[in-house]
Amino acid sequence: MSNLAVLPIIIPLFAGIILAFFPTKVKLLRALTKIFSISSLLVVAYIAWQVINHGPIILETGNWPAPYGIILVADPLAIILVLTTNIITVACAFFAPHSVTLKQEQHYFYSFMFFLITGVSGAFLTGDLFNLFVFFEVLLMASYALIVLGGDKVQLRESIKYVLINLFSSMLFVTAVAFLYGVVGTVNMAHIAERVQEVDQKGILTTIGLLFFFVFATKAALFPLFYWMPKSYIVPNPVISALFGALLTKVGIYSIIRVFSLIFIYKLDMTHQMFIWIAGLSMIFGILGAFSTNNVKLIIAYNIIPAIGFIIMGIGVFEQDAVSGAVYYLVHDMIIKAVLFLIVGVVAYVAGTSDLRKMGGLIHYYPVLGWLLFVSAFILAGIPPFSGFIAKLLLLKGTLANGEIAITIIALASSLLILYSVMKIFIKGFWGEKNSKYETEKKSTKGLIGPIIFLLTFSVILGIGAEFFYPTIEGISTYLLDPEVYIDAVLKE
Amino acid sequence: MEIVTCILAGLLFATAIYNLLQKQLIRIIIGTGLLSHGAHLFILTMGGLKGGKSPILNEDVSNYTDPLPQALILTSIVISFGITSLLLVLAYRAANDNGTDNMDQLRGNKNE
Repeated sequence: MSNLAVLPIIIPLFAGIILAFFPTKVKLLRALTKIFSISSLLVVAYIAWQVINHGPIILETGNWPAPYGIILVADPLAIILVLTTNIITVACAFFAPHSVTLKQEQHYFYSFMFFLITGVSGAFLTGDLFNLFVFFEVLLMASYALIVLGGDKVQLRESIKYVLINLFSSMLFVTAVAFLYGVVGTVNMAHIAERVQEVDQKGILTTIGLLFFFVFATKAALFPLFYWMPKSYIVPNPVISALFGALLTKVGIYSIIRVFSLIFIYKLDMTHQMFIWIAGLSMIFGILGAFSTNNVKLIIAYNIIPAIGFIIMGIGVFEQDAVSGAVYYLVHDMIIKAVLFLIVGVVAYVAGTSDLRKMGGLIHYYPVLGWLLFVSAFILAGIPPFSGFIAKLLLLKGTLANGEIAITIIALASSLLILYSVMKIFIKGFWGEKNSKYETEKKSTKGLIGPIIFLLTFSVILGIGAEFFYPTIEGISTYLLDPEVYIDAVLKE
Repeated sequence: MEIVTCILAGLLFATAIYNLLQKQLIRIIIGTGLLSHGAHLFILTMGGLKGGKSPILNEDVSNYTDPLPQALILTSIVISFGITSLLLVLAYRAANDNGTDNMDQLRGNKNE
């Protein structure tokens, strides 16, 4: 039974290995990728159902009891994020054959994609900090390979910066783990939480907490550590951008949620108050970035930053509604960012350029694409009844109830500006006169629209069916606010 | 003894940062190598140094070194080997394609 917890890691790992055996048989690769991604989704959906109905599944590898061995914890928060990850993988598996070049497919694109999923699932499920680092490295290694796949000049340049910044933060991560080990003498998260509670989080522990925050904030691209992110996310293929935009920064933010709802929660006025400020600044600077450019892909990449800001705002307030909002926003944002990256990928492909100034009138030739962009801009900005609205409603209810007026105003204003920054793509790219250039060389969008609609359906369901999902999300936030539950579940006291 | 290794780790970090801030790609990579060495040394120190005792707990051994940091370092060393080799290949390709190993010139596109 408890072995279920390892399946979300094992299945993509084996898929990646098996696919690596025949890199040149492209048709087989595509078929197997679809089969593996769908079967993985079904398995994870079953596990999620089990976890939500019957409580967390905990796997103690090699039967070593909890504080000593390596453990995997499939709790509700982790498992819904793994589920979302797998939904996105399915969409990307179907999108990829029509978007990735044959050469990239033959250079182990699908294997690396599955290794990336292995790392992401592992990071969500692991129960100790050092394995969090290891799984971070697994996903980063795959992402290094994916970002440079194709070997364009610009890809090489951006990947060097990307590798360097991630290597630096990873080494700080190890150092932070070493510090924490030196102080509390364990790396198991539940055990750390228990010991930190015993000594009431002295000054040194808060400092270590902030070091962890610095590391995770770099990975999550929070203000002021986002400078490396937008350009490196737009250089690879749209599918890869979608995977990165949807998953990588979210692993960083998940780690912040985990560490700062479980371990470092006894100096709220210091750490969590700082989060609120950083959240506000992330929103402002992310929006400024999105306005500063005419590159459609870059606009979406910059939009990741305010989204991360919204989530960290929920953690900063650290109270029922706000945390529910943050979790809801996390799930919503993973899906909608994947959708938007895929859409702008198609837009850039059909227009032959990613520069907005050279586009116009696309709606006459690609009406479905245009309206998909329109709807997803609404979802992103949080227009009712879509999922963004529910998440933001919960978040803002939480912030207002706690008297954080300034951040509420910034959040509301930035929501409007987010809507405008994405609408700009619609207005400048899709409105306007018919352009004879697209008439003569109309490109086929066969196979590209399906996965986008598939993902968008989940986003819409998440909004319209909020009544159905809310109890689960509320359960997660109640559980996040009470670390005892996690500690008891893992250490079985 | 712990104090000495802590200072040494600090020195490694300082040298690493100095090298990371250079313009030549190869020096940056040396910087990353030093950085991971510093981090590893630091983990080892945090487990407590017991003057050359073995990391084994047996029935007749009462004084032993903490084995956990050593397990952690082993993992971390393998990872940093992997990344260093990747980075070297990447730097080689980037230097070949761009015709320079200077970070200043790597950023210089026409419209950036």
